[in-house]
Amino acid sequence: MTGTEMGRRTFLEIAGAAGLWLAASPLRVAAAGPEAAAAGFQPSAWLNVDPKGLVTIWVGKSEMGQGSYTGMAVLVAEELEADWKAIRVVQADANARYGRMSTGGSSSVRGSWEPLRKAGAAAREMLVSAAAARWGVDPASCSAAKGEVLHAASGRRLGFGEVALDAASLPVPEKPVLKDPRDFTLIGKAVPRLDTPPKSRGAAVFGIDVRVPGMLHAVVARPPALEGKVARFDAAKALAVPGVRKVVEVPSGVAVLADTTWAALRGREALGAVFDAGPNGALDSAAIARLLVSAPLEPAPARNEGDVEAALSSAARKLSATYTLPFLAHAAMEPLNCTARVDGNGAELWAATQSPQRARTEVATALGISEDKVTVHVTYMGGGFGRRLYPDFPVEAALVAKAAGVPVQVTWSRGDDFRGDLFRPCGRNELRAGLDARGNLVAWHHVVRSPSLSRQSSGNRSAPPGTLEGAVGFPYRAGAVRIEAAVPTVGVRIGAWRSVYSSQNAFPEESFIDELAHAAGKDPLAFRRSLLPADHPLQAVLSLAAEKSGWGKKLPKGVARGIACHSCFGSHVAEVAEVSLVKGAIRVRRVVVAVSCGTALNPDSVAQQMEGSVVYGLSAALRGEITFAKGGAEQANFPDQDPLHISEMPRVETHIVPSTAAPGGIGEPGLPPIAPAVANALFALTGKRLRSLPFKLS
Amino acid sequence: MITLMVNGTPRPVDLSPDTPLLWALRDALSLTGTKFGCGIGSCGSCTVLLDGAPVRSCQVTVAEVKGRKVTTIEGLSPDGSHPVQRAWIADEVPQCGYCQPGQIVAAAALLARKPRPTDADIDDAMDGILCRCGTYDRIRRAIHRAAKEGGR
Ligand code: FES
Ligand code: FES
Repeated sequence: MTGTEMGRRTFLEIAGAAGLWLAASPLRVAAAGPEAAAAGFQPSAWLNVDPKGLVTIWVGKSEMGQGSYTGMAVLVAEELEADWKAIRVVQADANARYGRMSTGGSSSVRGSWEPLRKAGAAAREMLVSAAAARWGVDPASCSAAKGEVLHAASGRRLGFGEVALDAASLPVPEKPVLKDPRDFTLIGKAVPRLDTPPKSRGAAVFGIDVRVPGMLHAVVARPPALEGKVARFDAAKALAVPGVRKVVEVPSGVAVLADTTWAALRGREALGAVFDAGPNGALDSAAIARLLVSAPLEPAPARNEGDVEAALSSAARKLSATYTLPFLAHAAMEPLNCTARVDGNGAELWAATQSPQRARTEVATALGISEDKVTVHVTYMGGGFGRRLYPDFPVEAALVAKAAGVPVQVTWSRGDDFRGDLFRPCGRNELRAGLDARGNLVAWHHVVRSPSLSRQSSGNRSAPPGTLEGAVGFPYRAGAVRIEAAVPTVGVRIGAWRSVYSSQNAFPEESFIDELAHAAGKDPLAFRRSLLPADHPLQAVLSLAAEKSGWGKKLPKGVARGIACHSCFGSHVAEVAEVSLVKGAIRVRRVVVAVSCGTALNPDSVAQQMEGSVVYGLSAALRGEITFAKGGAEQANFPDQDPLHISEMPRVETHIVPSTAAPGGIGEPGLPPIAPAVANALFALTGKRLRSLPFKLS
Repeated sequence: MITLMVNGTPRPVDLSPDTPLLWALRDALSLTGTKFGCGIGSCGSCTVLLDGAPVRSCQVTVAEVKGRKVTTIEGLSPDGSHPVQRAWIADEVPQCGYCQPGQIVAAAALLARKPRPTDADIDDAMDGILCRCGTYDRIRRAIHRAAKEGGR
């Protein structure tokens, strides 16, 4: 069924069957987009009420698993007083009217909290005013609920649809009154996710599931090293493979187009592409490690309080340690892909992208056409974790479609997805600290050596490096603190990876604090709490995690606990990990998570994100590592990079600190504490301090 | 032409016989519920049922499955009401959802074989099916729920 065929009757049938209408197909989304629904009352980009009372809500954030599709709709519907069972939610195409659509930095709920609720509230006030005028009563004597306006005194009621056109002629209130949090019926409740039923039927359309009439399937042979080039290939050999239709060259490599992805993959093998390795062709992991060590310190420390050297020289005890972290791949379950149609009228793309607007701009630039000629439809995405912020895959798909003159879906094989990643940067952390005779922290010095995302993407070597995120905010009281960066330039593409530099810097910080606690002969929880200001939000999560985990209580023999905490993206998380060894391998049995994230828009979504962050962080800590040889990543598929399996899954228990404050992020803050919590538990268990990721016991 | 028996319907495909079932389903038959994750049998996203038993559809060719019964996520139930699917919804298992078709059909096969699986049975049956979003706890919970409520 196409969008145009999908009339109102169909909508009602689907609504009747599933309770909700889901924009399960991007083709449908496209046709049912803003223009299609423009009839009726549309006081902002976010919602429309048609004369029959159908409420449509546009979601401007990408759904990559974190629940934003439902969460964004809840924000509008809560204040609108819409009937949640009778709304239609549509994923928005890339457009400036939706503000900043980029989905990253755990920002969706935080950034939408005010504007989306205000949009809902403004519309509600207009609908109420329109109904009050119809009845000739004071709007203050009316209220709205479940898609209707009511006048309590007379018992009269009007559906939103009945007053929609009247409301459309009223001015949009500039300062609509938001609901008292005590009156919330959706926010703070475990509202079932709208995307769960289609995802349980195999009906949710991911980028890779888009099917455009006449489309061919393509894969691209790309040089393995950054700045490498295609030297030669044999198109005739590829074209001899059954099902292969075309071979075209694009700036990123050679594309093979075929009837099926399988035939395209076979064609690519037959192509025999040979590459010039380019300037990074000799780069390997050992060379990168040397670059980390030799990079000079930045001219000025980002934080410098007191005299660290003096404090260290007079300290009763001095400790120092070096912690190292590897490059990491994102490895979302859905490999990168994008579908594009380019013709004389412009370009249309279907992409599982976290940055639809950036994709639109860069596709327009690459094709040499104006942005208004480029449509970017956003599909469900099979994980993002930061990789889908980058527009390389939509740009490439658009260029392949243009060169081939047919609609095309470019799919990245798993090897392409690994080798063509923008990796989480590697890091080397040098730490020094001093304790006085009573075991108080008197000096803290942290040097972060890691390549900079902002410098690589901007090409500006004096831009703020950003590498101290998650380190510079060192929350503990110390007499003297110095935190500084050394920023090597490395010939490997790097990118944002779930929780970004906090994913790196929390591990050395929270492990070294644990080392200091043991050196001071203090309990690691008590040591942390004694060093934090009394009103610091980490106090609450530390004590909640300790209480729920039974911190200090006896554990079975062969099991030990470790604790760690971290603040990032507006939230605060503490985790207690219970760890044992099974046949010499690390086994994390249980993780208790305490999170302070302001208002929990959907407590079950918060729990999901904590579970997911623990698993993603554990996969990395136990086995995640990308190494380089000849300028390219050495790992190319899952057996080389084996994520956590169900048989290794710890029991994850999430506890939320109650709050009515504005929401903090939830997609990322659960990740940074897991690696140090496990390292600290392993120390308690074995007496061995693991200072490198991934963990290696021997 | 090779005729596949998919979800109870004969489906002819014009593909070379060595084409993996995965690509026949997705690219020739537009049954996109079955997912591509690795192409080498090590992620389980492409799991379908072959005569009721779970297989990695990227690892069997169309020639090999000719004449055998293939069941994909789309054919597990007419309307998403298989006990496993109902349990998946009740426990809000999916996050991104990409691995879930593979997880769901594998769970359905497990329950058909073992109506009351233990945790160890679940580990055995589900172990190689990767989920990068970390839904494993809920998958386990939902399988136990489906086992309990399956008959109802
Ligand atoms: S795609 Fe078949 S096992 Fe991964
Ligand atoms: S739900 Fe995303 S990979 Fe499993």
